Amino acid sequence: MWTFTFRRVLIMIPQILLLSIVIFFLAKMMPGDALTGLIDPNIGPEAIEAQREKLGLNDPWHVQYWNWITNLFQGDLGQSFQHKLPVTEIINQRLWNTFWLSVLTLILTYLIAIPLGLISGRYNDTISDRIITGYTYIGFAAPVFIFALLMLFIFGFQLGWFPTGGSVTPGTVPGTWSFFLSKVYHMLLPALSMALITTVSTVQYLRSEIIDTKQKDFVLLARSKGVSETRIYRKHIFRNSLLPIAAFFGYEISGLIGGSIFIENIFSYPGIGQLFLSSLMQRDTSVVTALVLLFGIASILGTLISDLILSIVDPRIRMK
Amino acid sequence: MEHSGFRILWREIVRDKLALISLIFFMMMVAFVFGISLFLDESEIVTVDLFAIHEPPSSQFWLGTDYGGRDVFGQLIIGTRNSLSIGILVTLISGIVGITMGVVSGYFGGTVDNILMRILDFFMILPTLMIVIVFVSIVPNYGVMSFSLIMSVFLWMGIARLIRSKALQEKELDYVNASKTAGSSHLKIIFKQVLPNISSLIIVTMTLNLAANIGLESGLSFLGFGFPESTPSLGTLVSYARNPQTLEYRWWIWLPASLLILILMLSINNVGQALKRATDAKQRRG
Repeated sequence: MWTFTFRRVLIMIPQILLLSIVIFFLAKMMPGDALTGLIDPNIGPEAIEAQREKLGLNDPWHVQYWNWITNLFQGDLGQSFQHKLPVTEIINQRLWNTFWLSVLTLILTYLIAIPLGLISGRYNDTISDRIITGYTYIGFAAPVFIFALLMLFIFGFQLGWFPTGGSVTPGTVPGTWSFFLSKVYHMLLPALSMALITTVSTVQYLRSEIIDTKQKDFVLLARSKGVSETRIYRKHIFRNSLLPIAAFFGYEISGLIGGSIFIENIFSYPGIGQLFLSSLMQRDTSVVTALVLLFGIASILGTLISDLILSIVDPRIRMK
Repeated sequence: MEHSGFRILWREIVRDKLALISLIFFMMMVAFVFGISLFLDESEIVTVDLFAIHEPPSSQFWLGTDYGGRDVFGQLIIGTRNSLSIGILVTLISGIVGITMGVVSGYFGGTVDNILMRILDFFMILPTLMIVIVFVSIVPNYGVMSFSLIMSVFLWMGIARLIRSKALQEKELDYVNASKTAGSSHLKIIFKQVLPNISSLIIVTMTLNLAANIGLESGLSFLGFGFPESTPSLGTLVSYARNPQTLEYRWWIWLPASLLILILMLSINNVGQALKRATDAKQRRG
């Protein structure tokens, strides 16, 4: 177990290194550099050139990369020329909004997936199973952004049940109960829109897992011993089917990242997905670079978590 | 015997009413959109007309007009054509790259396999959506072809993996060994024997990928990282809904395009799922 964990963590080092190199070159290719926003039109070209020299923008690429990566390790992601603030500070303001939105989405995903998967697996080929399978068909095909727009249109604008933007009602005091409630209220519709789509693959997986398990010998044995049907499902089948599902949660992270870009844009929710798009439009290179790196590392970590959980659940994986 | 694989695929679709209806609908849609757009004056549709801003549907403008006074129905037809073209193009390019990588990797194995798989691993860890968005914002001017190329660079990995594992199984089979002993060249074995034997798998994957790629393209256009407004895609029309006023009061601009994306992706997926069942003898209906 420990050798597997060690080896698996070790693989991440070249992965993150490669990711950082790609992102570094992307940043180089982007129009505008760290100087663009700082230039005063009254300064002559010689002064600009001197400034470039001072900032190290004329150094060969490997020197620049080295400087960038060592700064990175010291927690210095550079300066945003749009906001005139350190990048870490800007990201920090938005990061928690996205974090809590993702947590709520994950909770809702499993809250929807487990009962639906259980029902359609246990009573397969009945009417309720057909309805659930039909829903998973549609959810599998529907793009998140279309579904989220329809949800916003119906529940936000037409029915007026939910707020249509922002992350909190203006004027509420941070730290109070009503502040917390207002936060959750603002997150509910975006999180639900995303969860209803992302949950689909988990429902499908749980369903086929239960249909497989319920034909196994140990279930037959339990049944012949006279164990009640409810108990069989709760104690025997459900437990065995649930572990692989739990392991998928790490893989969900990269899906959540992609989704958050769309969801935050549609619900004007001030998170890092929205920050990414607005920084890109304003050519704020240092923020964009930091965010792509952050998202990349997050999904590498997510895969790591899932691989580790899976190796605990299924020891055969460790053999590879 | 030669085409029995395709016959099984076809039979499965005919047995599955929903898939058959979906296929017919999709074919009609393609014929309709490409046919009608021949008669539409594209430059007239995308020209701004300030005297006809935000008009609701009428007999002149079947689906009203957008904020530039442009006919939404015409844009819907052209947009569907553009979205379909890009979707098909991306599916083909990424498919060809993925199949080549997968077959070469699986068939030759060894060092070749090792190198190609490390390249694949590298692409797998990239946050695809974000990198594509950044790329699109870097490239100053792009057309249908270069846009499709950018997307394809980051989308070939799934199919390559699938084809590789299948090719690994195939090359161990006796018919490949027999051909080798008989002196056939590697190219001949790959093209005449291995590829035809995994063709049904390729068709299934490409069909499902087509739906996903149409979704991705419209998603990018929705975010504003697709084509300019003068080259409307389905996502461009949906993106007008990012203006809350349009979302709330002018359904005719964004709702038809949204529903069309939904129906298109559903019908392609239905066909794909039926084909997928056909490749697995356990699940076949017919």
